[in-house]
Amino acid sequence: MTNFMSRNDLLLFLGFAVVVLAMPIWLTPFGAGYPDLLQRFMIFGIFAVGFNILFGLTGYLSFGHAAFFGVGSYAAVWSFKLLTLDAIPAMIFAVIISGLFALVIGFLSLRRSGIYFSILTLAFAQMSYNLAYSVLTPITNGETGLQLTLNDPRVLDAALGQTFVGQPVPTLLGQQLGGYAGFYFCAGFLILSFFFAQRVAGSPFGMMLKSIKSNQTRMQFTGFNTRPYALSAFVISGMYAGLAGALLAVTDPLAGAERMQWTASGEVVLMTILGGVGTLVGPVIGAWIIKYFENILSALNDNILAQFWSFLPEGVADVVVKVTSKFVGDGWHLTLGLVFVIIVIFLPGGIMEGVRRLTAVARRSGPPGAKSHQPQPAE
Amino acid sequence: MANSNVVLHVADVHKRFGGLHALADIDLQVEEGKTHAIIGPNGAGKSTLLNVIIGKLAPTSGQVVFDGNMLTGRKPYQINQLGIARVFQTPEIFADLSVLHNVMIPAFAKRDGTFTLNMLRSLDSETTIRQEAEHMLEDVGMLNRRDMHAGSLSRGDKRRMELAMCLIQHPRLLLLDEPTAGMSRHDTNTTIELLKKIKERGMTKVIIEHDMHVVFSLADKISVLAQGRIIADGSPDEVRGNPKVQEAYLGGAH
Repeated sequence: MTNFMSRNDLLLFLGFAVVVLAMPIWLTPFGAGYPDLLQRFMIFGIFAVGFNILFGLTGYLSFGHAAFFGVGSYAAVWSFKLLTLDAIPAMIFAVIISGLFALVIGFLSLRRSGIYFSILTLAFAQMSYNLAYSVLTPITNGETGLQLTLNDPRVLDAALGQTFVGQPVPTLLGQQLGGYAGFYFCAGFLILSFFFAQRVAGSPFGMMLKSIKSNQTRMQFTGFNTRPYALSAFVISGMYAGLAGALLAVTDPLAGAERMQWTASGEVVLMTILGGVGTLVGPVIGAWIIKYFENILSALNDNILAQFWSFLPEGVADVVVKVTSKFVGDGWHLTLGLVFVIIVIFLPGGIMEGVRRLTAVARRSGPPGAKSHQPQPAE
Repeated sequence: MANSNVVLHVADVHKRFGGLHALADIDLQVEEGKTHAIIGPNGAGKSTLLNVIIGKLAPTSGQVVFDGNMLTGRKPYQINQLGIARVFQTPEIFADLSVLHNVMIPAFAKRDGTFTLNMLRSLDSETTIRQEAEHMLEDVGMLNRRDMHAGSLSRGDKRRMELAMCLIQHPRLLLLDEPTAGMSRHDTNTTIELLKKIKERGMTKVIIEHDMHVVFSLADKISVLAQGRIIADGSPDEVRGNPKVQEAYLGGAH
């Protein structure tokens, strides 16, 4: 075991798996213990874990990862339409297609580094979005989005003589993947994804990625060709994004172009930075927090706010409701923006840095009784 | 050129930057196992010459041959894989990683080549490379700092670590760009001792330096560069006695 994984890594992995699998229990008091939201926690967790391999380990900031997420969704829906409603072939197909797509875009974008790399990825992603939205309508069904229909060929299902009644939904070995089944399906993939990311980060390859982030010039003068390393990291993170996109299509078999838009690419950057760039757990926590607050805040409206602030005097309450209403509902991005600004200014290492600082403070102060009292001078 | 012991041959190299003739007609032969110092006043073209050798700059004309391989036009990582390691004027290290990892990375380059996709292997299972790195750190007297963050080392320690990073690859040629620049007298002396130790193992070295104390304690052969040209070439004693050198360089110091 020692050569396979260190004790700390193993504990981290087991702890992570337990926290994830028990989410339906411990998130219920927070009003988040329902499958729909939990599935999104898993999906965007995977997206962020993969993004961190490129951004956190290798130091390349991509502003176009939503493109791979979208490609994963489209590929999965096509697999449902053409092959079978079973989820596994769809996932495999989606990961391969998004990996190939990432190989092409990564090959071109990695000719530059720094801000130019970011701009290139952004440009490619916006091109992909526009292709999906209009030019490639026969493949993507444009504005309406790609959906499952009763008339889809599904050759594998047809060959096995399986027929469906009603609206087709993705399955796993014949079981429908709605509700908690869908959550555990996604949770399994998140745990696998986390395990793989842990392995990558703790491997010689992971050390090379960190060295590229630290000093690319030294890497080259040390005898490494850094381009294939960065490209591998790019393709791996693209495949993670494709996997996440495919899972979103499994839980809700509809792929639209909007999930490739630059705001979606920006969101995963925010998740990673909010949680802690370069840490393993941070990006997942960032993803959970953003998805949680998106869910809570965007559901609030003026009536709920009025109730919440009702303890204030009437005139004041009206003003407060008016102001706070701008930060909830459709305006929840304002809140997100504020939180993000505060984190970047005061905790550049994200939530994980906050956790580290808190444990450091707790350790320094020690047990309260241990502190010696300063003798008071006698009056 | 008839000399078969020549490892590095800089042949007829010119380098122009616009109108500036930074290097003119440079012809240099570095013999196997020797320490060859290149000295000269500031702006003489020493660093340009080193950058041409290492492939960072392409010469305007001429060529650099290392052990039968043309270096001109090759990428830095290819040049390293041929067996040339370099210590920079300002230490180029992996500041975000631990000292031990800094020294392990070059060992991976030596073992696995320019690119390997070994991402499912655990770093902890690489015991051979870890031990090699620890021996190397012991050699340069830094084993007690192995778990430190490389970025927080003193300048002298960074340089020693960078030297360890080069030595772990067992290069056939080691290039040192002012290895004692910005160091205290004490650190300079420990570095000289370390370089002497390396010399005993027969490693070929090219040193760029303007500290005469360092040069005369280490070099077997000295080439003096002034205004982009080699004005003298020979053993330390010959160079010291050369009136042209005294006029161009040493004279200014006295």
